Amino acid sequence: MKIAFREIEGKSQGYWGLLAVLAVLAALGVGSALYMEHHGHIVTGMDNQIVWGLPHVFAVFLIVAASGALNVASIATVFGKTLYKPLNRLSGLLAIALLAGGLMVLVLDLGRADRLIVAMTYYNFKSIFAWNVILYNGFFAIVIAYLWTMMDQKGQAWYKAVGTFAFVWRLILTTGTGSIFGFLVAREAYDAALLAPTFIVFSFNYGLAVFLLVLMGFYAGTGRALGDKMVNRMKNLLGVFIAASLYFVFVYHITNLYFTKHHGLEAFILMNGGIHTLLFWVGQIILGYLLPMAILFSPNLGNNRGWIALASLLAILGGLAQMYVTIIGGQAYPIEMFPGYEVSSSFYDGVVHAYSPSGLELMLGLGGVAVALILVAFAVKVLRFLPERLDDEIVSALHGAK
Amino acid sequence: MSEPLRPEDKIENGDRRAFLAATAAVAGTAVAPGVLLYGMAQAKPAEEAVSAKVRWGMLIDTSKCSTGCTDCVTACNTENGLAGKTGPQDSQWIRKVEIKNLQTGAKHSLPMPCQHCEHPPCVDVCPTGASFKRADGIVLVDRHICIGCRYCMMACPYKARSLVHEPLTDQNPEVPRGMGCVEACTFCVQRVDRDETPACVEACDAAGHKAMVFGNLNDPESEIAKTVKTYATTEVRADLNLNTGVRYQGI
Repeated sequence: MKIAFREIEGKSQGYWGLLAVLAVLAALGVGSALYMEHHGHIVTGMDNQIVWGLPHVFAVFLIVAASGALNVASIATVFGKTLYKPLNRLSGLLAIALLAGGLMVLVLDLGRADRLIVAMTYYNFKSIFAWNVILYNGFFAIVIAYLWTMMDQKGQAWYKAVGTFAFVWRLILTTGTGSIFGFLVAREAYDAALLAPTFIVFSFNYGLAVFLLVLMGFYAGTGRALGDKMVNRMKNLLGVFIAASLYFVFVYHITNLYFTKHHGLEAFILMNGGIHTLLFWVGQIILGYLLPMAILFSPNLGNNRGWIALASLLAILGGLAQMYVTIIGGQAYPIEMFPGYEVSSSFYDGVVHAYSPSGLELMLGLGGVAVALILVAFAVKVLRFLPERLDDEIVSALHGAK
Repeated sequence: MSEPLRPEDKIENGDRRAFLAATAAVAGTAVAPGVLLYGMAQAKPAEEAVSAKVRWGMLIDTSKCSTGCTDCVTACNTENGLAGKTGPQDSQWIRKVEIKNLQTGAKHSLPMPCQHCEHPPCVDVCPTGASFKRADGIVLVDRHICIGCRYCMMACPYKARSLVHEPLTDQNPEVPRGMGCVEACTFCVQRVDRDETPACVEACDAAGHKAMVFGNLNDPESEIAKTVKTYATTEVRADLNLNTGVRYQGI
């Protein structure tokens, strides 16, 4: 059975209302960045102790989710699951949009955002950051080519090859993102090779959660048919990815708990770290992992569209909590320069660093999310990204066709 | 070959000889100390590039450093045009750290500047190459290509770096700084290139503590090289194998 793709009409009040809200958020984000650019980072909550703040939480989340959003397409192309083939265009689109939103936040948070051209022309190849610049730019190019092989008759011969390349590239990309932290020898919370595969598993989780929400949102909003067969397969997959995330987080902490020198850090994150402990247990573990898993694997709730949407939303919130604990928590715990000594100085040595993000940082982060969603909402209106129908009948036909 | 001297020539020559001798004596008196200093300091001409023959280092004797004394910090701020404020968003290139051994109760006070590592993590992680190490071991930030990503601050095991968080006024023209860029102790590179010692070391000497010694670790005759060869010295976070240019005695 042939799948028909069609643009959404995009004339409803709901559509324009959504775009208006997103445009306001994006404008606030850009405005915040301009204000920061003019006054310096003094207007943010970031300082010389917490050097990466809330913008990085959003930026890294979006970048990790971007590579994960491409997974749906990879399952169809690389692993030959034809069932997912109707969704691969949206998958590629979301990947590009989320990456664009994330990079926007990352770039606008630079001390010298005006020097973006320097970042593109001067490379220190020992820096994983420099590699990431290449990996991100390459990801855009490859996924655009991938979309072309999906959407243009002339590109079809390349579909499998480009799709496979994109899959390998996205694994390397997320390895690079995880290694931003993994390659930091200075701080106890990082400096672990495990962070690279952990970030890959996180990306499966966050990317699919965003994908499911966007998919269900557009189909509900446009009144197109979206059958349970499709949704239920993906929600089960999301449950598995969440379980895998929990497993990697467990291994990370159990390893640290075995090493005496990391006991201080572990006590900080797991027991007495205030907001970080709260976000870890309540945000990441309970709301981000346990609750959505309970919903998704529940025989009753797991078949309900509303509950699946809630579980996806919780997985995303859990992801933001995880990024906060990883990025801010990892910096808040003091660097141990003199083991066995109590340390104090005018530069806040030996104390847990406080951080209260400013509204500007929150607006910049939300601005990135808004830009990503605007890109998606606009693209599905002008190009044929979404299948006309994904009801159970067509999905069964596709499933049989593999 | 030469013509025989005439009697009047002899008289003239005698005057000339005396004049020449006097001139030489005066010139010698004026120039000699300079020549001597030149030899002692092994100065290099300004147009000559720095070379790896030199490895600048600093040795800090914590037993001579006194708790509560911040002369090195003040001197650094004055020399480099820092405001000297100590809020969480203010730059500090050198700070006094007080440590107390949790088992024995032993207390030490020590100044903590950039450690000028041989293998600096800040240089490794810098995406643009703005963080760099000079051939003579001084770790610097090129203010023209620093994009303010702050990855070096994440990577530094000594928390030695600061981001300039607000617009600057009254800068020292010799020490360019800029909002949005990362900065740190430069070993007072502008002074070192003039064969002077860093401002902190000078201030410590002036206060009579003499807790800080600056010099060329590669010169076996230098005070610092002789001391590190004779006495046990410590690198902070030696487990990281960064071979820091700043070493400590007494901890």
